[in-house]
Amino acid sequence: MTDLVKYLVEQTPDREHPQLAPGDTVKVHVRIVEGERERIQVFQGVVIRLRRGGNEANFTVRRIASHGIGVERTFLLKSPRVEKIEIVRRAKVRRAQLYYMRDRRGKAARLKERR
Amino acid sequence: MKGIIGKKVGMTQIFDESGNVIPVTVIEAGPCYVTQVRSAERDGYAAVQLGFGETKPQRLTQGQLGHLRRNNLPALRYLREFRVRNGELDVAEGQQIKADVFIVGERVDVIGKSKGRGFAGTIKRHHFNRQPKTHGSSDRVRAPGSIGAGSTPGRVIKGMRMGGHMGDERVTIQNLEVIVVDPERNLIAVRGSVPGANGGIVMIKPARARRR
Repeated sequence: MTDLVKYLVEQTPDREHPQLAPGDTVKVHVRIVEGERERIQVFQGVVIRLRRGGNEANFTVRRIASHGIGVERTFLLKSPRVEKIEIVRRAKVRRAQLYYMRDRRGKAARLKERR
Repeated sequence: MKGIIGKKVGMTQIFDESGNVIPVTVIEAGPCYVTQVRSAERDGYAAVQLGFGETKPQRLTQGQLGHLRRNNLPALRYLREFRVRNGELDVAEGQQIKADVFIVGERVDVIGKSKGRGFAGTIKRHHFNRQPKTHGSSDRVRAPGSIGAGSTPGRVIKGMRMGGHMGDERVTIQNLEVIVVDPERNLIAVRGSVPGANGGIVMIKPARARRR
């Protein structure tokens, strides 16, 4: 990254979120702006991907919604819209990207807790 | 006259107050020097020549150095002219121009040299469609198709879009919003993308299009 780009990235305030890792079950508190009103929505699921890199750093959370439908949402790590991230549980995983979770359902989609 | 020469540094994104993402191109803009003022009487048109990019004097020819020495300027690698419209001439030769000629929120046009694509086919160059990959066609997937009729007219009409050299030409992107200006760091960031590769030289001018 060149100096001027780096400077702009450093100007963007850092968000004090806990250090995430793939396999973590997290609660992401997102600020939702609907016209005038603002509210906080919580999205809980497993972090299946973490991408670093300046202001573009992001992570994808996968959760199983009703009727067993998988829903994935990607959040920008430095976005002010991400109010808070809570880590609920950390799992032992052997991969950086947990795309295999997409092919698993029910009991097979469990991850072993890390201690 | 308002304008500046800069170097495209790269792209990133920043957040506005409400948390929206703004994609920005970071430009190292200036410091520039007014190397020459061209007047309608002497040169037939009114313009201001700016210089940018300090370099070692031995990299320039004696002619270029002599041109800069007239105003006691350092050795500058790039010279570009900005036309003066409606006769407003508010700069003098030798004057320094920094990024603060533009303000945040202003609309600008950015001129650069697009990335060269070499000899490009019709699909990349003119957005033609592919031909079928299956159903008996072979070796024709990216072919342009027919370029005209037969014996009448017996020639290909002028302007037929075909393969050829693409890119490496002057491109203007109009009406970009200025997002960041920092004259101390010679930094200007505009919303959206700008022609050319990182490290390319760009000219920034006030937007021509009238703001709606």
